[in-house]
Amino acid sequence: MKLHEYQSKQIFGRFGIPVPQGIVAENATEARNAAREIGLPVVIKAQVLVGGRGKAGGVKVARTLEEVEEKAEHILALNIKGLPVRKVLVDPAADIQSEIYLGVVIDRARRRAVLMASAAGGVDIEEVAATTPEKIVRVPIDPFVGLPDYLARDVAVAIGLPREHWGDFVKIAKGLAAAFVANDASLAEINPLAIVGTDGDAKLLALDGKMVIDDNALFRHPELAAMRDPDEESEAERKARNADLSFVSLDGNIGCLVNGAGLAMATLDIIQHFGGKPANFLDVAGGARADKVAAALRIVLSDPKVKVVMFNIFGGITRCDEVARGIVQAMEEVKPKVPMVARITGTNKEEGDRILASANLITANSAAEAAQKAVELAGLN
Amino acid sequence: MSILADKNTRLIVQGITGREGDFHARQMHAYSPIVVGGVTPGKGGMVTDYGVPVFDTVGQAVREVGANASVIYVPARFAPDAIMEAADAGIRLIVCITEGIPVIDMIRVRAYLDTKQSLLLGPNCPGLLTPGQAKIGIIPGNIATPGNVGVVSRSGTLTYEAVNALTQAGMGQSTIVGIGGDPVRGLGFLEVIQMFNEDPETEKIVMIGEIGGSDEETTAAWIKDHVKKPMAGFIAGRSAPPGKRMGHAGAIIEGGMGTAESKIAAMRAAGIRMAELPTDIPELLR
Repeated sequence: MKLHEYQSKQIFGRFGIPVPQGIVAENATEARNAAREIGLPVVIKAQVLVGGRGKAGGVKVARTLEEVEEKAEHILALNIKGLPVRKVLVDPAADIQSEIYLGVVIDRARRRAVLMASAAGGVDIEEVAATTPEKIVRVPIDPFVGLPDYLARDVAVAIGLPREHWGDFVKIAKGLAAAFVANDASLAEINPLAIVGTDGDAKLLALDGKMVIDDNALFRHPELAAMRDPDEESEAERKARNADLSFVSLDGNIGCLVNGAGLAMATLDIIQHFGGKPANFLDVAGGARADKVAAALRIVLSDPKVKVVMFNIFGGITRCDEVARGIVQAMEEVKPKVPMVARITGTNKEEGDRILASANLITANSAAEAAQKAVELAGLN
Repeated sequence: MSILADKNTRLIVQGITGREGDFHARQMHAYSPIVVGGVTPGKGGMVTDYGVPVFDTVGQAVREVGANASVIYVPARFAPDAIMEAADAGIRLIVCITEGIPVIDMIRVRAYLDTKQSLLLGPNCPGLLTPGQAKIGIIPGNIATPGNVGVVSRSGTLTYEAVNALTQAGMGQSTIVGIGGDPVRGLGFLEVIQMFNEDPETEKIVMIGEIGGSDEETTAAWIKDHVKKPMAGFIAGRSAPPGKRMGHAGAIIEGGMGTAESKIAAMRAAGIRMAELPTDIPELLR
């Protein structure tokens, strides 16, 4: 689950990271009042859960209160990569001397959270990683010790941070590492961490903030779970999450119902291999009981793009005849209007096939055959 | 021969009286007589209706019935503790089926295991099956048959599909190992393929990966220099969009890393014959 910039910065602030004293606004008047309180000039930043908002016109500096209203109005009317801007963050404008990147991510190969830093801040870090990986410094965070001072200092030295900022940098890096662990994050990022102000009075300030929380850990962070922005997921994805189904909306027209995440991914690949386009990823998980299949089928069919539905089921411990009964019962409940293709194999396949044959379904003997039939039907409709 | 488990394994089931644990303990017990006990704190002293004693702690099970392997079916919030309890009691092989454990917890558990002698398989995995000898986890026994093909995979049902195809093609399996779909886990492709490579009765190896992380690439580099046994492979997720988690917590393309193309290329370069469809695997091993 992603957090907004303003939410991430609030958390960072609680971990001793210096952040601008910004105010969130939902309309132009609120933005104007916020700017009056903060003092001009201000920067107005769209709060949307996608990258690239600057390029999309979602970040503007305003020097007068009239300008604040006008620009806030404009930004709040934007739609950035399909997401409406519902809130803006009004931050005091900063006098930026230089920008660095600081982040914590999970390093799967090392099986540790790692602190990442680069003197090339304020730009897309993935691009830095791809083009000039030597500019990124990484140190592991020990799961029992945390991030010791000396490692944070090593990083400050390695990225060439001026000496007078080392003390503050160590506090910020340790704060970010602690915020990451305490909130079960999978990403915590300050980009840029800027040196602001004039010589002699210069200091580090976290001008941006981004956090992604591990969905599996939300059970112990109800305060974070409550921050979920419904715009982050489609209506169908939200329904699927509530029904405890793994679901991802895609842009094709072949609805998919599969048991198991790996087989579900492979099913999309097979459809694509035969020239079709899947409408979704959906794992109904083990068991595939009738009520769960029915819930899944409703979610898949709620997408108006879906022209055909393909089932790909491997009956393991759950027998094919049980799954087939589940599918037939779900079809009776949902009464789909689009053609359905089913491939079911594994334990008790023959009995499963017999049950499906009596239903209004097209059956197939292999995933490849089912995908070919589904692709053909999707083209005809 | 086989890897990790055989008919002499002495298995306990952590969470044996829970819904999942009870269902699968019966299945494992019916497959082969390796289940020597179960653990549910507070239910020690009970004996299941199929004759398996229940203990309060893993330590008791080790002392009283000589358990050397454990399979965990407890809910995600208790599973990290269950893994550490098994490791502390000296269990050699710990298989964690539980899905949904927070990554931060798994990082701590892995660091804790570094101080112990145990091997961990999973979490979020289907377990392992040595056909005809030992079933530890949820892999359906009836689709497998004894033989000389070693299978290692990050997925459950996709593995069953491949194993079923192997069995129908008359190619039995030495051991089938599901390493699980989480980003931080126990045994990886590399460790399991090293075991298969050394196992004299595993003559061919099947490796089934998916998008996310770089285990397949790292392992492929080792395979290229060390494995002479014929290998076939499959990678799921060629059509997965970047930035979306595809069911498994670890199945995500992030920052351009972990794509199917990269894995397929690395595995091809290591001499692994790559299947277009999972059911093509047996043909590639002939």
